[in-house]
Amino acid sequence: MNIWIAIIGTAVGCYAVKLAGLLVPAHAVERPYVRRLAALLPVALLAALTAQQTFADGHALMLDARAAGLGAAAVALLLRAPFLLVVAAAVVVTAGLRAIGG
Amino acid sequence: MTQHIALTDQTADGMKKPDAAVVRDALGVGVAVGLSGFAFGVTSAGSGLGLLQTCTLSLLVFTGASQFALVGALAAGGNPFTAAAGAFFLGVRNAFYGLRLSQLLALPRAVRPLAAQWVIDETTAVTLAQPTRRAARIGFTVTGLSLYALWNLTTLLGALGAEAIGDTRAWGLDAAGPAVFLALLAPMLKTATERAVAGLAVLLGLGLLPVLPAGVPVLVAALAAPLALVAESRRGGRADGDAPDGPPGPDGRRAPKDMGGTSGAEEGR
Repeated sequence: MNIWIAIIGTAVGCYAVKLAGLLVPAHAVERPYVRRLAALLPVALLAALTAQQTFADGHALMLDARAAGLGAAAVALLLRAPFLLVVAAAVVVTAGLRAIGG
Repeated sequence: MTQHIALTDQTADGMKKPDAAVVRDALGVGVAVGLSGFAFGVTSAGSGLGLLQTCTLSLLVFTGASQFALVGALAAGGNPFTAAAGAFFLGVRNAFYGLRLSQLLALPRAVRPLAAQWVIDETTAVTLAQPTRRAARIGFTVTGLSLYALWNLTTLLGALGAEAIGDTRAWGLDAAGPAVFLALLAPMLKTATERAVAGLAVLLGLGLLPVLPAGVPVLVAALAAPLALVAESRRGGRADGDAPDGPPGPDGRRAPKDMGGTSGAEEGR
């Protein structure tokens, strides 16, 4: 039930902001500060999420095969690999390390 | 690609772009990113969501970063409200894409509620890269349609596949989520301000993890954004100029995901 609450809440919220962008007159929100904040918010959220999902195990921090997988993804990004290849690199390296080391 | 001679009504410097070229660009992005719905389906199922829940997310939420964030937060044991809040804040950027798109596409009011669901990173990138309104409309529609159809289909396949696979961790699939986030984040890290925000958010997100309830550290980490803006204005380095129309990355073809930068311009310092 809790999961459904989260799903419906996210769906309604995300659709509402999409629609708002199409309906609201541009000048109402096109202030430099608001625009900058809107651009920086995803940066902060994505950075925190990347770090957490790589190093978190419940409430503890840990270094495991995921970190190597993320490193592989970073290398793929630096080599300007396509999106799918970046994700595949992370998955393959993580799986490979776990297969070797457990 | 190279058209030296414009035979028909095309102007010399490619002000008009053949419809086929627009469709090709749009399909390139739509197919490449649409296929990554597979990673979401697998991740979501691996996080403990059911098939119906996973597919509902792709059908109704349809903005990748928010979907990954939500299932990640739920898997970590976050309560539904903090999990949804994190996903929602990630989706707020779509409102700013919508502002741009509504000017470019000039959609009739009746169509807007339908078009709204497709207002995401990729459709915005492709649409902004088009030279004319006709091309923009074709680009938006083809990218939106192909991406929506494929994303939902591959979500279903991924969720079914995960059930067949069993332990998704053994296959390294728990690394797919963070890799997706990193791929979205990388093209946004253009200036010192963005890198500072990312660094501070990582510190807050990891540092608070042991002491705050699941899901909350990410929300606190979001404060890195306004903090950086305050610090920036204190230093007097104003960013008003901020290129009001700096398109979020002209090459819709590469950088498949989030072009993120409504802050397209750098404040060169």
